[in-house]
Amino acid sequence: MTTTTDQIRQILSEHGRLAQDVGSLADDADLYQAGMTSHASVSVMLALEGGFDIEFPDSMLKRSVFESIAAIRAAVEELAHSHAGVPAARN
Amino acid sequence: MNFFPRVGVDIVLVSHVAASLDRLGEAYTKRIFTADEIHYCASNPVLAPARFAARFAAKEAALKALHLDDEGLDLRNVEVKQTPGGWCELVLHGAAKTKAEAAGWASWSLSMSHEGDHAAAVVMVLASEGKGDVLAR
Repeated sequence: MTTTTDQIRQILSEHGRLAQDVGSLADDADLYQAGMTSHASVSVMLALEGGFDIEFPDSMLKRSVFESIAAIRAAVEELAHSHAGVPAARN
Repeated sequence: MNFFPRVGVDIVLVSHVAASLDRLGEAYTKRIFTADEIHYCASNPVLAPARFAARFAAKEAALKALHLDDEGLDLRNVEVKQTPGGWCELVLHGAAKTKAEAAGWASWSLSMSHEGDHAAAVVMVLASEGKGDVLAR
């Protein structure tokens, strides 16, 4: 079963333009330090929207939301739960 | 009134923009660019990727000049307008306009260029002293 993290990693692999293999990155690794540019982060954002059927509001179109796999996962889960009318789980 | 300069610059690979255009299509163009920007860029299919890339660089350059740190902003609020004379101007809308006014932007200029796989843009700003983080930055 593909997890949210797996799907995020796949999207980063296809759109993130990272200088290193996504598989080698820890969930909290800085994606910008790994080579993701501002343009690539926009492509990642759009791919996440399509892949998870979510829409990032303007307030979340900021650097910190896309700085790590963990940050992206938190944002995706928040938006997915919001979309479904379910409060996001707190871990 | 005293003014101080602000500047932002960005460079983008045209091939990366071309790939995004191919893979994401309208989901990409409509989310980042205004209708007028899309109309102009798409009017020449050969130059379209380079034109889109230069305009993306212009938007990023403007955000850098705004010193937004970690704030979200719709890139369509920063628009590149073609003038009859052939040069481009930066027009700010919505939240970008509000933030620029708060930062004391009095006047600004945009210049873009593209060649081969590279597109770049620079935004020069004169901001009035007493507004924004003059000393902090």
